[in-house]
Amino acid sequence: MKHLLGIRELSADQIVHLLDTAETFRDISKREIKKVPALRGRTVINLFFEASTRTRTSFEIAAKRLSADAVNISVSTSSVSKGETLLDTARNLQAMAPDCIVIRHQSAGAPYHLTRVCDAAIVNAGDGAHEHPTQALLDALTIREHKGGIDGLKVAIIGDILHSRVARSNIYLLSKLGATVSVAGPGTLVPPEFAELIEQGVRVEQRIEDAIVDSDVVMILRMQRERQTDAFFPSMREYAVHYGLHLNHLNLAATDAIVMHPGPMNRGIEISSEIADGGRSLILDQVTNGVAVRMAVLYLLAGAGKDGQEVSRDVNVVAESDETSRSVGGVRGRTRKPRRGTRN
Amino acid sequence: MRLLIQNGYIIDPAQGLNTGKNLLVEDGRIVGVLGYSDPIPEATELFDATGLIVAPGFIDMHVHLREPGHEYKETIASGAAAAVAGGFTTVCAMPNTSPVNDNAAVTRFVIEQAERAGLASVLPIGAVTKNSEGIELAEMGEMKDAGIVAVSDDGCPVPTAGMMRRAMEYARGFDLPVIDHCEDKSLARGGVMHEGHWSLVLGLRGMPAAAEEVDAERDCVLAELTGARVHLAHLSTRGAIEAVRRARQKGLHVSCEVAPHHWSLTDEACQGYDTNTKMNPPLRSQDYIDAILEGLRDGTIDAIASDHAPHHADEKALEFDQAPNGIVGLETSIGLAMERLVNTGVISLERLVELCATNPARILKLQDRGTLSAGARADVTILDPEMTWTFDVSRSKSKSRNSPFNGYSFRGGVVATIVRGRIVHLLPEYSRSVRGTRIELAAR
Repeated sequence: MKHLLGIRELSADQIVHLLDTAETFRDISKREIKKVPALRGRTVINLFFEASTRTRTSFEIAAKRLSADAVNISVSTSSVSKGETLLDTARNLQAMAPDCIVIRHQSAGAPYHLTRVCDAAIVNAGDGAHEHPTQALLDALTIREHKGGIDGLKVAIIGDILHSRVARSNIYLLSKLGATVSVAGPGTLVPPEFAELIEQGVRVEQRIEDAIVDSDVVMILRMQRERQTDAFFPSMREYAVHYGLHLNHLNLAATDAIVMHPGPMNRGIEISSEIADGGRSLILDQVTNGVAVRMAVLYLLAGAGKDGQEVSRDVNVVAESDETSRSVGGVRGRTRKPRRGTRN
Repeated sequence: MRLLIQNGYIIDPAQGLNTGKNLLVEDGRIVGVLGYSDPIPEATELFDATGLIVAPGFIDMHVHLREPGHEYKETIASGAAAAVAGGFTTVCAMPNTSPVNDNAAVTRFVIEQAERAGLASVLPIGAVTKNSEGIELAEMGEMKDAGIVAVSDDGCPVPTAGMMRRAMEYARGFDLPVIDHCEDKSLARGGVMHEGHWSLVLGLRGMPAAAEEVDAERDCVLAELTGARVHLAHLSTRGAIEAVRRARQKGLHVSCEVAPHHWSLTDEACQGYDTNTKMNPPLRSQDYIDAILEGLRDGTIDAIASDHAPHHADEKALEFDQAPNGIVGLETSIGLAMERLVNTGVISLERLVELCATNPARILKLQDRGTLSAGARADVTILDPEMTWTFDVSRSKSKSRNSPFNGYSFRGGVVATIVRGRIVHLLPEYSRSVRGTRIELAAR
């Protein structure tokens, strides 16, 4: 695997390898010295053409915890309105010899474009309505953590499926690992063609209740306000009533069902606060796992991992040789402190 | 100057000719068809067409030559060179230049530039409305006097039925066909590919087939209301082809064309986000290809037109949703028709000539083209149905390189193109076929 462009082209084995790698990295963030030298001397560029707090921060923290030099570039304008084209931007960055470029872009396929002019590993951090592979990986890691596995689970994805790269990546990943997926939302945002998106099929429901029945995992998607002005639905109020997740919906799901949301949430629109803040919500666990997943991705694409080297050796080396962590962490011996609780 | 194309196989559906004959040409006009053993007049240059098909010059009734205004993509001269290299002796230039061809001055400019280039004959198509904005009618009468053969607002289709009605009524007065790019923009909603499985997979905004079908139905209804001659451009959907089929059964003056890429590629080709698979109408799924093949077979489809749409490499290097629509097509049309239609038995060679020459001339009422009958313009396309060749876009005569067919191999292709009795294109491998003729090949 040279790039991570989407989940669709990955095999189940590759996905499991990524998740297993992420699991080994999860512990690093629980240490007092949250840093290993795995990517020391490597450069990771976070190239973000769309606003993002969570994903960009998560990638940046992941890179830094692996001791990579992380550079963030936020470009607010697209190539049409600005002078420089995406490919020229990419060529310029490539001239500075990065090891990895993480790109988020409003145009589907933009990461594919980059692979044509860059030697660096390209990581898709969300491209238009196409894919958001690291989100699906962190969701899977979270589900695995809480359900023990993914095979045989029933997952419901609720909301704006049509425009959602998160939904697509999750549909691919979860079905590759043996889960069955149903989707539901307003008819304007859930085209029936989704039923045949994958070989295994997706259940497309009109009412969210029908998708949620007996499900083990309920994933709620963010509803963007501009869909209202584009006449996909009449009002946020009606959306909240008919397509928002309320406590009574959860009674339809399996008794131990979990609730996820990729963020940022519109409380009271697609998800009620009782659920978001309730015991079944794993929304913050998802964020925590996001760092581990992105560490795994960067490690496997930009680090020693890309040559097939074992993870454990690198990871178990405490970052004591690293200048930054020494000055921050201070006392050496404390880096091997016993783990704290596994949940926060 | 006399030229005898001898020992070839002449196919001219306009005269019902499908037979081994010699063709004699003099001073830019067809003299007539002679038997193989008929005496050869003195001082006649000879083209040995043994094993070759001799057809009336092909007419591509839908190309974009970009001049005036976008000469960095194509000029009339480079477009005309690509035309003759592809076997076309006449091309019809769409009006979406800058300025738009919505008045006689631009029409005359296009014609003069084509005469200067001296390769393919270029017949301009005028705009339906001023600046193709769909608000006021363009000066069709003056443009007709200057040389347009049809009107169209191609890429910016007339948005309202009311305006289209007026346009048809007015064009009828000048006996001009109205060519419509069928697309209801409110349904297409800025889609960048066909709406279906692959648009969902790729996360690209799709335009539904219904966007074309709704407009095609509208145009057929208006053709009945107005009695105008209506030609539907580059149809890509089952519903639109069916609409034409029904209109024809009612006896309406409705005709239509299809483009080679629409029967050659499906929307699956957009995988990988290659912007050379982006055009409008978009590549669609196999079911629509089947509908096109049916229409070609049963006669519903009248013409093959390339929708040759050159774009600069820098423009096509943009993100898929930002890149402009269209591909170059003049030099691959006949290869794709031979490979995918004739060799597969969908249509006969005779029907191919009908689609590329006879019918375009009939639709546009070009009296002396599309046939090899005595007195017609000596526009001839010579094909070798057996030659195998590979399209190399880097050697294209067009200024642009935006083709998804680079590297495609074909059996059957164009050997020579003759415009008004002059050989303006001849494959080097066949140069020995010609004796005593001064060959004036396309420049560059």
